[in-house]
Amino acid sequence: MSEQSAAKQSRLLRGVHKTVTGLNPVLESLLAGVVGLLIGAILMYIWGFNPWQAYIALFKGAFGDSYGWASSIARGTPLVLTALTFSICLRAGMFNIGAEGQMMIGAMASVSIALFTLPSGIHTIVGLLIAASAGAIWSIVPAILKITRGVSEVISTIMFNWISRFLVIWLGVYVLVDPIRAEKTLSIPVAARFPVIVRGTDLTASVFMAVGVALIIYFVLWHTTVGYEVRAAGLNPTAARYGGIRNKRTMILAFLLGGATAGLAGAALVMGLPPSYAIFSSGMPNLTNMGFDGMAVAMVGRNHPIGILLAALFFGGLNAGGRMMQLGSNAVPLEMVRVVMGAIVLAMSIPELIRLFPAIKKSIENFAGRIRDRRERRAVKEAGE
Amino acid sequence: MNWLFLLNYSLHAMVPLTLTAVGEIVTETSGLFNIGLEGILLISAFAGALGAEAGGPIVGLLVGMGVGAAFGLLFAVINTYWKGTQMVTGIGINLFAVGFVAFGLILLGAPGFYDVSTSSELTPIRTGMGGVSPMIFVALVVPFFIHWFLKRTRAGLILKAAGEMPEAADVSGINVNKVRILAAIFGAALAGLGGAYMSIAWLGSVTKDLSAGRGFIALACVVFSGLNPLLALLGGFIFAFFQGLAETLKTMPNKIIPWQFVSMLPYIVTLLVVSGAIGRVRFPKALGVPYKRE
Repeated sequence: MSEQSAAKQSRLLRGVHKTVTGLNPVLESLLAGVVGLLIGAILMYIWGFNPWQAYIALFKGAFGDSYGWASSIARGTPLVLTALTFSICLRAGMFNIGAEGQMMIGAMASVSIALFTLPSGIHTIVGLLIAASAGAIWSIVPAILKITRGVSEVISTIMFNWISRFLVIWLGVYVLVDPIRAEKTLSIPVAARFPVIVRGTDLTASVFMAVGVALIIYFVLWHTTVGYEVRAAGLNPTAARYGGIRNKRTMILAFLLGGATAGLAGAALVMGLPPSYAIFSSGMPNLTNMGFDGMAVAMVGRNHPIGILLAALFFGGLNAGGRMMQLGSNAVPLEMVRVVMGAIVLAMSIPELIRLFPAIKKSIENFAGRIRDRRERRAVKEAGE
Repeated sequence: MNWLFLLNYSLHAMVPLTLTAVGEIVTETSGLFNIGLEGILLISAFAGALGAEAGGPIVGLLVGMGVGAAFGLLFAVINTYWKGTQMVTGIGINLFAVGFVAFGLILLGAPGFYDVSTSSELTPIRTGMGGVSPMIFVALVVPFFIHWFLKRTRAGLILKAAGEMPEAADVSGINVNKVRILAAIFGAALAGLGGAYMSIAWLGSVTKDLSAGRGFIALACVVFSGLNPLLALLGGFIFAFFQGLAETLKTMPNKIIPWQFVSMLPYIVTLLVVSGAIGRVRFPKALGVPYKRE
């Protein structure tokens, strides 16, 4: 029985890296989340806010009622997709931090469907296809640079993030601009939009697309030869090459898949984000940082599609609830959420996080003991005199 | 075209790139790979500006260095004793810095743009080509000093040993983790100096995207230099020149090319230079590999 349940558990957690401490990886992610929230609380306290009140407002706003749940899921939807971008490439052994740029390109590509009309369902699908292929094409250059010239993808994807940011601004200002309101691009035609599921919120059907893509990626990575090759190349490139896996091909594949999901994230952000269904060219407020936040989601989700879904819900909740945190007498700026995210990622980067606490405890005890010793010695000395 | 403006801008833009790159060279020589430089630049620019408002420009620069060093310490401890993942730590620092600075700017009542008062800025030296920040001379001297340090001193050799063959270094009595921590602190402190320079000696303001990819351009500069500080100085100037060129083209009256494309220029050039530079470059064997004692 216990063996069976262990097997069942291992099947559920398949692909989640074994942690050094042997702790359940889910618990470890939770611990990182708690540590991140704690660091945020300390910072809020230092700046003179009431962290307890702020977090209560945040989590009430995020998961307190159906409106909160709907907005949390809506915020989490694009994060699922950009997190997948990071995870697929990490599984293949690469750090693709270009989700931001690929997502922006995908978003702008999806705007282009406003230029023509098609029957409603087909129009949406065409938009998604355009966005996905734009993201994939955009990600191919860093992949090729990596393979042919050995350029680190960390550098090239960041450079591409900036290039795509300016390219998208240019497209938004000169090419796909709304002739009536010049500050934004054309809006996605009504027929092609993702319909709103919960009235009064911005939760649209794009969430089904995101979950579907996550499940497909799960299937591809763990139930197909291609996925096996990608993961093998990531775990041990040399061994994979001996095993007959063409590492260069898997690298390109991982980048293409990742670029496609990032492009879909862009599509979700435009075709599924009421009320504007468009991109605002100055600053691009609804797009900016979605790619980077996705990396935090990916890490907390342990680079596993199912974990990513849960982590995206958590981070979506932080973003949605963060807006509630801004209200009232204890108004903490929304940016606190990103501070917490960064702290969580920092905590995630420590594989032996759980071990630190006994270590800290021990060192405090040591320190206290040393002080006690010294005091005792001094007392003895004084008594002697 | 205004060549003097271009030269002046390039020299100023060179400072953060060169300082950060040279610092990263020291860090990478010891075997750590810190991609959190972007965040360190940003957060130390913010902290430096606050320090300068409180106690003058020199205090500001020192505060920037201190904040940078603190992040270097954090990065190094996580990635030596706590056996962390260097890339993830770097990404965490970057995310944290973006959030923290945006948060801090709002609390200062200046969301998006914080203007450093002129009295707390580092006074430029007046020359024929306009004001020149004294920090430029620091950026010109530091690479030579680091070059000498790495090539000619015992400490430099120890640093190299920690990055090339940590086992051998350990056997010969070197505390590898301690060496790496010191190197990361030094590297991040230089990045912090570069960040503080940006806010209090060059741009005179703090914005959310102040670092604008400079941390990563500095990484590209390290790749270009092949861990040679003197080449990093040259690389820093090349990248800064194209930033200056973009700025010059933007201010030109006849706008043939839209500014968006002009702004891409530094990033495209960085990509091109890096793809040309790779191949002849050799990095330390143990770069990015945490050292575990058997």
